[in-house]
Amino acid sequence: MSGLTKSPWIIHYDASSCNGCDIEVLACLTPLYDVERFGILNTGNPKHADIFVVTGSVNEQNRQVIKNIYDQMPKPNVVIGVGICACSGGVFKECYNVAGGVGQVIPVDVYVPGCSVRPEQIIDGVVKALGILEEKRAAFAAESKKGTDTGANADAKKDGGN
Amino acid sequence: MIDTATASAFFTSGISQVIGALLFILLAPLVGGIITGLDRKITARMQGRVGPPVLQPFYDIKKLFEKEKMVVTTAENFWVFAYLVFIVISGMLLFANSDLLLVIFALTLAHVFLILGAYSTGSPYAHVGAERELIALMSVEPMIIVAAVGLYMVTGSFETYGIIVSSTAPILLIPCLFIGMVYILTVKLGKSPFDIATSHHAHQELVKGLTTEFSGSTLGMIEIAHLYELVFLLGFLFLFFGLAAPLIGIVVIAAVYLLEIFIDNAASRAKWQFVFKGCWAITLVLGFLNLFALYFVR
Repeated sequence: MSGLTKSPWIIHYDASSCNGCDIEVLACLTPLYDVERFGILNTGNPKHADIFVVTGSVNEQNRQVIKNIYDQMPKPNVVIGVGICACSGGVFKECYNVAGGVGQVIPVDVYVPGCSVRPEQIIDGVVKALGILEEKRAAFAAESKKGTDTGANADAKKDGGN
Repeated sequence: MIDTATASAFFTSGISQVIGALLFILLAPLVGGIITGLDRKITARMQGRVGPPVLQPFYDIKKLFEKEKMVVTTAENFWVFAYLVFIVISGMLLFANSDLLLVIFALTLAHVFLILGAYSTGSPYAHVGAERELIALMSVEPMIIVAAVGLYMVTGSFETYGIIVSSTAPILLIPCLFIGMVYILTVKLGKSPFDIATSHHAHQELVKGLTTEFSGSTLGMIEIAHLYELVFLLGFLFLFFGLAAPLIGIVVIAAVYLLEIFIDNAASRAKWQFVFKGCWAITLVLGFLNLFALYFVR
């Protein structure tokens, strides 16, 4: 078991949600559901976060913001679309200013549909995301190992050249 | 309870310094991690939650070292590493019979490195956090120095082993300085209402303040340094009891830490003006009154 799955920190972004799903995300932190049991913390900082929770549909105003937050998160990380609007755009899908779900902008790992989603569903989605996070961590560790190997070889070649 | 003659014989030998320093390096992260874990557990219980496992701080640190190294500027790694090294050095000095003033100097230097690290990133949130950390540093410094002077006036020694082998517990003569140290401990531990520089609850105003731009292993080093610093601070408080009353000392320090957790949960974040004025007022009133009284008692 890696440390990552025992200590997933979350950043929550409200794309253009009606606040229904946001309230439910915050409800997960309350004594009734208490996600800190699983080491989950709500950080307000993409650079500290492992899980990106997006609520609401993506519109043209916040397309860039979502991409920016996603790019600032260190790998390995996962994205959860919470609520039907984040999944597909929901009832706002046909609006002139709505691009659709979060999947239109960044790759989403887990979709949690519902209007609004129940806290139990969100926790279930996060637990599913932890499995994906563990896979990504293993892939990332293997890749970075390979990366340092090639890096060392490159250095050796350079030294040989000198 | 402990034979003072044997104790002073042990503490004056050079080997005790090596043992003290080594024990601090090896055990402080473990002890600090468990205390922090219990802190989070007790905090959760106070809020009617179950809370994370006691070993959660260790999981967090392990996680941070598994993450990608995302660096804004390479200077930040240097400063944060220097912060960690100097926190460890200041703890080693404290536990290895060094001069208390040198210990305080090393601790301040460590924090200056962290502040420079935050400044080097160029982020506005990190800048605000760094400025507030400077204010926090300025607020607590006089009280720590006054406490060191008080300990010297009571025991006749600035060296830590010389202080702890004193036959009477210093707290009996300088109780106000102990209260002052407990007050500034809240600032040093970064707990509410004095968590102005970096806070878990200040997303809107600070993002994460001082540590905003640090991620992955850099943040991991800061977390490890916090564990060392926690043990360092509790060790500093133990000087007020020494070997004259070691058990009472441990019980009182545990009670003080519980009080800190309670205050953390009960208070909201204060403005920096209040932090600064409060700390200096406490230092002036409690600190200097106690030193003044001591001057006439002695």
